[in-house]
Amino acid sequence: MQQPNSQPSAALMLRETASQTAGPYVHIGLALDIAGLPPREEEIWNRLASPQADGEAIELVGRVIDGNGDLVRDALLEAWQADAHGNYQCEFDLQAAFNSFGRTATTAESDGEWCFHTIKPGQVARRDGRLMAPHVTLAVFARGINIQLHTRLYFEDEAEANAACPVLNAVESPARRQTLIAKREESEGKVRYRFDIRLQGEGETVFFDF
Amino acid sequence: MPLNDNKRFVERDRNWHPPAYAPGYKTTVARSPSQAYVSLQTPSVSELAGPDFTRLRMGPHDNDLLLNFRADNEAQAGLPIGERVIVFGRVVDQFGKPVPNTLVEMWQANAGGRYRHKKDGYLAPLDPNFGGVGRCLSDDEGWYRFRTIKPGPYPWPNNINSWRPAHIHVSVMGPSISTRLITQMYFEGDPLIPLCPIVHTLRDPEAVETMTGRLDMARSRSMDCLAYRFDLVVRGELQTYFENQG
Ligand SMILES: [Fe+2]
Repeated sequence: MQQPNSQPSAALMLRETASQTAGPYVHIGLALDIAGLPPREEEIWNRLASPQADGEAIELVGRVIDGNGDLVRDALLEAWQADAHGNYQCEFDLQAAFNSFGRTATTAESDGEWCFHTIKPGQVARRDGRLMAPHVTLAVFARGINIQLHTRLYFEDEAEANAACPVLNAVESPARRQTLIAKREESEGKVRYRFDIRLQGEGETVFFDF
Repeated sequence: MPLNDNKRFVERDRNWHPPAYAPGYKTTVARSPSQAYVSLQTPSVSELAGPDFTRLRMGPHDNDLLLNFRADNEAQAGLPIGERVIVFGRVVDQFGKPVPNTLVEMWQANAGGRYRHKKDGYLAPLDPNFGGVGRCLSDDEGWYRFRTIKPGPYPWPNNINSWRPAHIHVSVMGPSISTRLITQMYFEGDPLIPLCPIVHTLRDPEAVETMTGRLDMARSRSMDCLAYRFDLVVRGELQTYFENQG
Protein backbone atom coordinates (compact mmCIF):
# COMPACT_ATOMS: atom_id res chain seq x y z
CA MET A 1 0.00 0.00 0.00
CA GLN A 2 1.21 3.47 -0.84
CA GLN A 3 2.01 5.87 1.94
CA PRO A 4 -0.71 8.48 2.17
CA ASN A 5 1.75 11.31 1.65
CA SER A 6 2.86 9.88 -1.66
CA GLN A 7 -0.65 10.24 -3.09
CA PRO A 8 -2.27 13.28 -4.58
CA SER A 9 -4.47 14.85 -1.93
CA ALA A 10 -7.77 14.26 -3.74
CA ALA A 11 -7.27 10.50 -3.38
CA LEU A 12 -7.31 10.81 0.41
CA MET A 13 -10.87 11.94 0.48
CA LEU A 14 -14.09 11.01 -1.25
CA ARG A 15 -15.80 13.65 -3.35
CA GLU A 16 -19.11 14.92 -2.07
CA THR A 17 -22.12 13.65 -4.03
CA ALA A 18 -22.87 16.44 -6.50
CA SER A 19 -25.93 18.62 -6.01
CA GLN A 20 -28.81 18.89 -8.47
CA THR A 21 -31.79 21.20 -8.48
CA ALA A 22 -34.72 20.16 -6.28
CA GLY A 23 -36.87 20.83 -9.36
CA PRO A 24 -40.47 22.01 -9.72
CA TYR A 25 -41.96 18.99 -7.94
CA VAL A 26 -39.90 19.19 -4.74
CA HIS A 27 -43.21 19.34 -2.83
CA ILE A 28 -43.98 15.69 -3.54
CA GLY A 29 -40.99 14.76 -1.44
CA LEU A 30 -40.66 17.54 1.12
CA ALA A 31 -43.97 19.45 1.25
CA LEU A 32 -46.65 16.85 0.53
CA ASP A 33 -49.62 19.07 1.23
CA ILE A 34 -48.53 21.58 -1.44
CA ALA A 35 -48.27 18.78 -4.00
CA GLY A 36 -51.74 17.57 -3.06
CA LEU A 37 -50.57 14.37 -1.38
CA PRO A 38 -52.06 13.01 1.86
CA PRO A 39 -49.96 13.62 4.99
CA ARG A 40 -47.99 10.81 6.60
CA GLU A 41 -47.94 10.11 10.32
CA GLU A 42 -45.68 13.09 11.01
CA GLU A 43 -44.51 15.79 8.63
CA ILE A 44 -41.76 18.38 8.98
CA TRP A 45 -43.44 21.73 8.38
CA ASN A 46 -43.59 25.39 9.25
CA ARG A 47 -44.68 25.47 12.89
CA LEU A 48 -41.46 25.57 14.91
CA ALA A 49 -43.06 26.73 18.13
CA SER A 50 -46.26 25.75 19.95
CA PRO A 51 -48.02 28.24 22.28
CA GLN A 52 -46.15 26.59 25.18
CA ALA A 53 -42.73 27.57 23.82
CA ASP A 54 -40.74 30.18 25.74
CA GLY A 55 -40.28 33.49 24.00
CA GLU A 56 -42.17 35.94 21.86
CA ALA A 57 -44.47 34.24 19.32
CA ILE A 58 -43.84 35.63 15.86
CA GLU A 59 -44.45 34.87 12.22
CA LEU A 60 -41.79 35.10 9.57
CA VAL A 61 -43.18 35.80 6.12
CA GLY A 62 -41.83 36.79 2.75
CA ARG A 63 -41.57 36.23 -0.92
CA VAL A 64 -38.82 34.94 -3.17
CA ILE A 65 -38.20 37.18 -6.18
CA ASP A 66 -36.13 36.39 -9.26
CA GLY A 67 -33.87 38.62 -11.37
CA ASN A 68 -36.83 39.79 -13.47
CA GLY A 69 -38.77 40.89 -10.42
CA ASP A 70 -41.15 37.96 -10.74
CA LEU A 71 -42.32 35.84 -7.81
CA VAL A 72 -40.72 32.43 -7.45
CA ARG A 73 -43.74 30.28 -6.63
CA ASP A 74 -42.07 26.91 -6.42
CA ALA A 75 -39.40 27.50 -3.78
CA LEU A 76 -38.94 25.37 -0.69
CA LEU A 77 -37.29 26.95 2.36
CA GLU A 78 -35.71 25.37 5.39
CA ALA A 79 -35.26 27.32 8.62
CA TRP A 80 -32.77 26.66 11.38
CA GLN A 81 -32.84 28.82 14.48
CA ALA A 82 -32.07 28.89 18.20
CA ASP A 83 -34.76 28.94 20.86
CA ALA A 84 -35.54 32.05 22.93
CA HIS A 85 -32.53 31.28 25.16
CA GLY A 86 -30.08 31.02 22.29
CA ASN A 87 -29.90 27.22 22.29
CA TYR A 88 -30.45 24.97 19.32
CA GLN A 89 -32.93 22.15 19.91
CA CYS A 90 -31.38 19.57 17.64
CA GLU A 91 -33.57 16.65 18.54
CA PHE A 92 -36.52 17.13 16.23
CA ASP A 93 -39.66 16.16 18.13
CA LEU A 94 -43.12 17.26 17.13
CA GLN A 95 -44.28 16.71 20.72
CA ALA A 96 -41.79 19.34 21.96
CA ALA A 97 -42.82 22.96 22.44
CA PHE A 98 -40.08 24.16 20.13
CA ASN A 99 -38.04 22.75 17.25
CA SER A 100 -35.08 24.50 15.68
CA PHE A 101 -35.85 23.16 12.21
CA GLY A 102 -38.77 23.72 9.89
CA ARG A 103 -39.83 23.87 6.26
CA THR A 104 -42.12 26.07 4.23
CA ALA A 105 -42.85 26.82 0.59
CA THR A 106 -43.70 29.95 -1.36
CA THR A 107 -47.20 28.69 -1.97
CA ALA A 108 -47.68 27.77 1.66
CA GLU A 109 -50.29 30.08 3.11
CA SER A 110 -50.99 33.02 0.88
CA ASP A 111 -50.26 33.83 -2.68
CA GLY A 112 -46.58 33.37 -3.37
CA GLU A 113 -45.54 33.91 0.25
CA TRP A 114 -43.78 31.58 2.62
CA CYS A 115 -44.45 31.61 6.35
CA PHE A 116 -42.98 30.20 9.56
CA HIS A 117 -44.75 30.20 12.92
CA THR A 118 -42.02 30.46 15.51
CA ILE A 119 -40.58 32.45 18.39
CA LYS A 120 -37.93 35.11 18.28
CA PRO A 121 -34.55 33.42 18.77
CA GLY A 122 -32.07 34.47 21.43
CA GLN A 123 -28.49 35.49 20.78
CA VAL A 124 -25.99 32.74 20.01
CA ALA A 125 -22.28 32.91 20.86
CA ARG A 126 -19.53 31.86 18.50
CA ARG A 127 -16.64 29.87 19.87
CA ASP A 128 -14.50 33.02 19.93
CA GLY A 129 -17.00 34.33 22.48
CA ARG A 130 -18.52 36.98 20.24
CA LEU A 131 -22.29 37.16 20.33
CA MET A 132 -24.27 37.00 17.12
CA ALA A 133 -27.48 38.99 16.89
CA PRO A 134 -30.71 36.91 16.89
CA HIS A 135 -31.00 35.28 13.49
CA VAL A 136 -32.63 32.48 11.52
CA THR A 137 -30.59 30.60 8.93
CA LEU A 138 -32.61 29.99 5.77
CA ALA A 139 -31.84 27.63 2.90
CA VAL A 140 -33.63 28.17 -0.42
CA PHE A 141 -34.25 25.30 -2.83
CA ALA A 142 -36.11 25.60 -6.14
CA ARG A 143 -36.26 24.76 -9.80
CA GLY A 144 -33.40 26.71 -11.40
CA ILE A 145 -31.36 26.68 -8.18
CA ASN A 146 -28.63 24.09 -8.64
CA ILE A 147 -27.50 24.02 -5.03
CA GLN A 148 -29.34 25.56 -2.12
CA LEU A 149 -28.71 29.20 -1.25
CA HIS A 150 -28.02 30.07 2.38
CA THR A 151 -29.02 33.33 3.92
CA ARG A 152 -29.78 34.71 7.37
CA LEU A 153 -32.80 36.59 8.58
CA TYR A 154 -32.08 39.26 11.23
CA PHE A 155 -34.59 41.43 13.10
CA GLU A 156 -35.12 45.16 12.53
CA ASP A 157 -35.78 45.86 16.21
CA GLU A 158 -32.42 44.42 17.35
CA ALA A 159 -30.41 47.38 16.08
CA GLU A 160 -27.81 47.26 18.84
CA ALA A 161 -27.15 43.53 18.57
CA ASN A 162 -27.16 43.76 14.78
CA ALA A 163 -24.53 46.51 14.83
CA ALA A 164 -22.24 44.28 16.90
CA CYS A 165 -22.90 41.00 15.06
CA PRO A 166 -19.67 39.60 13.60
CA VAL A 167 -21.52 37.83 10.79
CA LEU A 168 -23.47 40.90 9.69
CA ASN A 169 -20.22 42.83 9.81
CA ALA A 170 -18.56 40.25 7.59
CA VAL A 171 -20.75 41.68 4.83
CA GLU A 172 -18.55 44.50 3.57
CA SER A 173 -21.24 46.66 2.02
CA PRO A 174 -23.47 48.30 4.65
CA ALA A 175 -26.20 48.63 2.03
CA ARG A 176 -26.12 44.90 1.36
CA ARG A 177 -26.35 44.15 5.11
CA GLN A 178 -29.80 45.71 4.97
CA THR A 179 -30.97 42.89 2.72
CA LEU A 180 -30.70 40.60 5.76
CA ILE A 181 -32.92 42.66 8.07
CA ALA A 182 -36.56 41.60 8.38
CA LYS A 183 -39.12 44.39 8.90
CA ARG A 184 -41.46 44.24 11.86
CA GLU A 185 -45.21 44.51 11.34
CA GLU A 186 -48.01 44.25 13.87
CA SER A 187 -51.60 43.51 13.01
CA GLU A 188 -54.47 41.94 14.97
CA GLY A 189 -52.14 41.41 17.91
CA LYS A 190 -49.72 39.33 15.84
CA VAL A 191 -46.08 40.17 15.39
CA ARG A 192 -44.80 39.44 11.95
CA TYR A 193 -41.41 39.98 10.37
CA ARG A 194 -41.29 40.40 6.61
CA PHE A 195 -38.27 39.18 4.71
CA ASP A 196 -38.22 39.10 0.92
CA ILE A 197 -35.43 37.11 -0.69
CA ARG A 198 -34.16 38.62 -3.93
CA LEU A 199 -32.21 36.06 -5.86
CA GLN A 200 -30.55 38.40 -8.32
CA GLY A 201 -30.05 42.02 -9.31
CA GLU A 202 -31.17 45.14 -7.50
CA GLY A 203 -31.38 44.57 -3.77
CA GLU A 204 -29.97 41.07 -4.16
CA THR A 205 -30.06 39.25 -0.82
CA VAL A 206 -26.70 38.36 0.71
CA PHE A 207 -26.04 34.63 0.45
CA PHE A 208 -23.45 32.86 2.54
CA ASP A 209 -21.00 30.07 1.94
CA PHE A 210 -20.17 28.00 5.01
CA MET B 1 -26.09 20.09 26.75
CA PRO B 2 -23.71 22.51 25.02
CA LEU B 3 -23.27 21.63 21.39
CA ASN B 4 -19.84 20.83 20.12
CA ASP B 5 -18.69 23.66 17.92
CA ASN B 6 -15.09 22.54 18.13
CA LYS B 7 -15.30 21.11 14.66
CA ARG B 8 -15.58 22.14 11.08
CA PHE B 9 -16.52 20.58 7.77
CA VAL B 10 -14.35 20.15 4.70
CA GLU B 11 -15.00 23.18 2.56
CA ARG B 12 -17.63 22.63 -0.08
CA ASP B 13 -15.95 22.66 -3.50
CA ARG B 14 -18.10 25.10 -5.43
CA ASN B 15 -16.39 24.14 -8.69
CA TRP B 16 -17.43 20.55 -8.23
CA HIS B 17 -21.08 21.33 -7.65
CA PRO B 18 -23.00 23.01 -10.45
CA PRO B 19 -22.64 26.79 -10.58
CA ALA B 20 -25.70 28.92 -9.81
CA TYR B 21 -25.61 30.38 -13.32
CA ALA B 22 -25.68 27.57 -15.86
CA PRO B 23 -27.46 29.01 -18.93
CA GLY B 24 -27.91 25.63 -20.66
CA TYR B 25 -30.50 25.06 -17.92
CA LYS B 26 -32.52 28.15 -18.72
CA THR B 27 -34.32 28.62 -15.41
CA THR B 28 -30.99 29.29 -13.69
CA VAL B 29 -30.53 32.50 -15.70
CA ALA B 30 -32.94 34.61 -13.63
CA ARG B 31 -32.57 32.62 -10.42
CA SER B 32 -28.80 32.79 -9.94
CA PRO B 33 -27.24 35.38 -7.62
CA SER B 34 -24.86 37.73 -9.40
CA GLN B 35 -23.01 38.86 -6.26
CA ALA B 36 -20.32 36.73 -4.62
CA TYR B 37 -21.35 34.66 -1.61
CA VAL B 38 -20.03 35.90 1.73
CA SER B 39 -17.81 33.20 3.21
CA LEU B 40 -18.20 32.63 6.94
CA GLN B 41 -14.61 32.26 8.13
CA THR B 42 -15.57 31.36 11.69
CA PRO B 43 -18.33 28.77 11.66
CA SER B 44 -20.65 28.82 14.65
CA VAL B 45 -23.14 26.37 16.04
CA SER B 46 -25.65 28.05 13.70
CA GLU B 47 -23.91 26.31 10.79
CA LEU B 48 -22.25 23.34 12.51
CA ALA B 49 -25.30 21.80 14.16
CA GLY B 50 -28.37 20.35 12.51
CA PRO B 51 -31.59 18.50 13.23
CA ASP B 52 -31.62 14.91 14.41
CA PHE B 53 -34.71 13.06 13.17
CA THR B 54 -34.39 9.92 15.27
CA ARG B 55 -37.70 10.77 16.98
CA LEU B 56 -39.64 11.63 13.84
CA ARG B 57 -42.46 9.10 13.70
CA MET B 58 -42.65 7.33 10.39
CA GLY B 59 -45.14 4.88 8.97
CA PRO B 60 -44.23 1.24 8.25
CA HIS B 61 -44.28 1.80 4.48
CA ASP B 62 -42.68 5.22 4.30
CA ASN B 63 -39.71 3.69 2.43
CA ASP B 64 -41.79 1.28 0.35
CA LEU B 65 -43.31 3.05 -2.64
CA LEU B 66 -44.84 -0.20 -3.86
CA LEU B 67 -47.13 -0.14 -0.84
CA ASN B 68 -47.37 3.39 0.49
CA PHE B 69 -50.03 4.72 -1.88
CA ARG B 70 -53.13 2.82 -2.89
CA ALA B 71 -56.12 3.66 -5.03
CA ASP B 72 -59.24 4.64 -3.02
CA ASN B 73 -61.29 2.63 -5.42
CA GLU B 74 -61.03 -1.00 -4.32
CA ALA B 75 -61.46 -2.23 -7.89
CA GLN B 76 -58.27 -0.41 -8.90
CA ALA B 77 -56.23 -1.05 -5.76
CA GLY B 78 -53.06 -3.03 -6.25
CA LEU B 79 -49.40 -2.60 -7.03
CA PRO B 80 -48.04 0.25 -9.13
CA ILE B 81 -47.15 -0.38 -12.77
CA GLY B 82 -43.45 -0.47 -13.60
CA GLU B 83 -40.13 -2.21 -13.10
CA ARG B 84 -39.78 -3.17 -9.46
CA VAL B 85 -36.48 -1.95 -8.01
CA ILE B 86 -34.68 -1.63 -4.71
CA VAL B 87 -32.69 1.58 -4.39
CA PHE B 88 -30.22 1.41 -1.54
CA GLY B 89 -26.86 2.69 -0.46
CA ARG B 90 -24.76 3.97 2.32
CA VAL B 91 -24.53 7.50 3.63
CA VAL B 92 -20.88 8.22 4.41
CA ASP B 93 -18.83 11.36 4.83
CA GLN B 94 -15.85 12.31 2.70
CA PHE B 95 -13.54 10.33 4.99
CA GLY B 96 -15.64 7.21 4.50
CA LYS B 97 -17.18 7.43 7.96
CA PRO B 98 -20.79 6.12 7.96
CA VAL B 99 -23.51 8.62 8.82
CA PRO B 100 -26.07 6.76 10.97
CA ASN B 101 -29.69 7.76 11.68
CA THR B 102 -29.81 10.51 9.14
CA LEU B 103 -32.93 11.43 7.21
CA VAL B 104 -32.99 10.35 3.56
CA GLU B 105 -36.00 11.47 1.55
CA MET B 106 -36.84 10.81 -2.09
CA TRP B 107 -39.49 11.58 -4.70
CA GLN B 108 -39.99 10.54 -8.28
CA ALA B 109 -42.26 10.26 -11.29
CA ASN B 110 -44.21 7.08 -12.03
CA ALA B 111 -43.26 4.55 -14.69
CA GLY B 112 -44.75 6.79 -17.38
CA GLY B 113 -42.77 9.84 -16.28
CA ARG B 114 -45.69 11.60 -14.59
CA TYR B 115 -45.47 13.15 -11.13
CA ARG B 116 -48.35 13.06 -8.69
CA HIS B 117 -48.27 16.84 -8.33
CA LYS B 118 -51.01 19.41 -8.89
CA LYS B 119 -48.79 21.20 -11.36
CA ASP B 120 -47.66 18.29 -13.53
CA GLY B 121 -49.85 18.09 -16.61
CA TYR B 122 -47.83 15.65 -18.73
CA LEU B 123 -49.83 13.37 -21.06
CA ALA B 124 -48.74 10.19 -19.32
CA PRO B 125 -51.40 9.06 -16.86
CA LEU B 126 -51.21 9.01 -13.09
CA ASP B 127 -50.89 5.56 -11.59
CA PRO B 128 -53.72 5.10 -9.04
CA ASN B 129 -51.36 3.02 -6.90
CA PHE B 130 -48.31 5.24 -6.95
CA GLY B 131 -47.64 8.36 -4.89
CA GLY B 132 -43.93 8.77 -5.56
CA VAL B 133 -42.59 9.79 -2.14
CA GLY B 134 -40.40 7.94 0.33
CA ARG B 135 -38.32 8.58 3.41
CA CYS B 136 -36.26 6.64 5.95
CA LEU B 137 -33.47 7.01 8.44
CA SER B 138 -30.12 5.46 7.63
CA ASP B 139 -29.34 2.59 10.00
CA ASP B 140 -26.52 2.39 12.56
CA GLU B 141 -24.01 1.80 9.78
CA GLY B 142 -25.35 4.44 7.42
CA TRP B 143 -27.35 2.15 5.12
CA TYR B 144 -30.69 3.25 3.69
CA ARG B 145 -33.11 1.44 1.35
CA PHE B 146 -36.26 2.06 -0.63
CA ARG B 147 -38.46 -0.21 -2.70
CA THR B 148 -40.11 1.42 -5.67
CA ILE B 149 -40.64 1.25 -9.42
CA LYS B 150 -38.18 2.67 -11.92
CA PRO B 151 -39.43 6.13 -12.95
CA GLY B 152 -39.91 6.94 -16.63
CA PRO B 153 -38.12 9.73 -18.50
CA TYR B 154 -40.20 12.82 -19.20
CA PRO B 155 -40.09 15.82 -21.52
CA TRP B 156 -39.71 19.34 -20.15
CA PRO B 157 -39.63 22.82 -21.63
CA ASN B 158 -35.98 23.87 -21.87
CA ASN B 159 -34.73 23.30 -25.39
CA ILE B 160 -37.37 22.39 -27.95
CA ASN B 161 -37.02 18.68 -27.26
CA SER B 162 -35.45 18.20 -23.82
CA TRP B 163 -36.00 15.00 -21.85
CA ARG B 164 -35.00 14.19 -18.33
CA PRO B 165 -33.27 10.85 -17.95
CA ALA B 166 -35.03 8.51 -15.52
CA HIS B 167 -34.14 9.88 -12.09
CA ILE B 168 -35.05 9.84 -8.44
CA HIS B 169 -34.71 13.05 -6.43
CA VAL B 170 -32.79 12.30 -3.24
CA SER B 171 -32.47 14.56 -0.20
CA VAL B 172 -30.11 13.87 2.70
CA MET B 173 -29.57 15.86 5.88
CA GLY B 174 -26.29 14.48 7.24
CA PRO B 175 -24.99 15.56 10.65
CA SER B 176 -25.39 19.30 10.11
CA ILE B 177 -27.16 21.88 8.02
CA SER B 178 -23.71 22.31 6.43
CA THR B 179 -23.91 18.79 5.01
CA ARG B 180 -27.47 19.19 3.72
CA LEU B 181 -27.69 18.04 0.14
CA ILE B 182 -30.33 17.47 -2.53
CA THR B 183 -29.33 15.53 -5.61
CA GLN B 184 -30.79 13.22 -8.24
CA MET B 185 -29.98 9.58 -8.83
CA TYR B 186 -29.67 8.54 -12.46
CA PHE B 187 -29.67 4.95 -13.69
CA GLU B 188 -26.42 3.54 -15.00
CA GLY B 189 -26.31 3.32 -18.78
CA ASP B 190 -29.29 5.59 -19.52
CA PRO B 191 -28.61 7.16 -22.95
CA LEU B 192 -30.48 10.32 -21.90
CA ILE B 193 -27.91 11.18 -19.20
CA PRO B 194 -25.37 12.78 -21.57
CA LEU B 195 -28.17 14.72 -23.33
CA CYS B 196 -29.66 16.32 -20.23
CA PRO B 197 -29.22 20.09 -19.66
CA ILE B 198 -29.54 19.62 -15.90
CA VAL B 199 -26.83 16.96 -15.84
CA HIS B 200 -24.75 19.35 -17.94
CA THR B 201 -24.81 21.98 -15.20
CA LEU B 202 -21.92 19.90 -13.81
CA ARG B 203 -18.58 20.62 -15.40
CA ASP B 204 -16.72 17.53 -14.27
CA PRO B 205 -17.80 14.17 -15.75
CA GLU B 206 -16.66 12.52 -12.52
CA ALA B 207 -19.28 14.54 -10.65
CA VAL B 208 -21.94 12.91 -12.85
CA GLU B 209 -20.59 9.53 -11.76
CA THR B 210 -21.37 10.43 -8.14
CA MET B 211 -25.05 10.72 -9.13
CA THR B 212 -25.27 7.42 -10.99
CA GLY B 213 -26.97 4.45 -9.34
CA ARG B 214 -25.28 1.15 -10.22
CA LEU B 215 -27.04 -2.08 -11.01
CA ASP B 216 -26.20 -4.51 -8.19
CA MET B 217 -27.12 -8.05 -9.19
CA ALA B 218 -26.03 -9.45 -5.82
CA ARG B 219 -28.74 -7.49 -4.02
CA SER B 220 -31.33 -8.03 -6.73
CA ARG B 221 -33.97 -10.62 -5.87
CA SER B 222 -34.65 -13.38 -8.33
CA MET B 223 -38.17 -13.39 -9.75
CA ASP B 224 -38.85 -10.16 -7.82
CA CYS B 225 -36.81 -6.99 -8.38
CA LEU B 226 -33.52 -5.48 -9.51
CA ALA B 227 -31.36 -3.44 -7.15
CA TYR B 228 -29.51 -0.19 -7.73
CA ARG B 229 -26.86 1.02 -5.33
CA PHE B 230 -26.51 4.71 -4.72
CA ASP B 231 -24.10 5.82 -2.01
CA LEU B 232 -24.42 9.34 -0.70
CA VAL B 233 -21.25 11.17 0.29
CA VAL B 234 -21.66 14.22 2.52
CA ARG B 235 -19.04 16.71 3.66
CA GLY B 236 -16.36 15.33 5.93
CA GLU B 237 -16.25 16.39 9.56
CA LEU B 238 -12.97 17.51 11.13
CA GLN B 239 -12.08 18.24 14.73
CA THR B 240 -10.30 21.50 15.43
CA TYR B 241 -7.26 20.41 17.44
CA PHE B 242 -5.35 23.66 17.53
CA GLU B 243 -6.97 26.85 18.62
CA ASN B 244 -5.62 29.91 16.91
CA GLN B 245 -4.57 32.05 19.86
CA GLY B 246 -2.53 34.50 17.78
FE1 LIG C 1 -37.68 15.26 -11.66
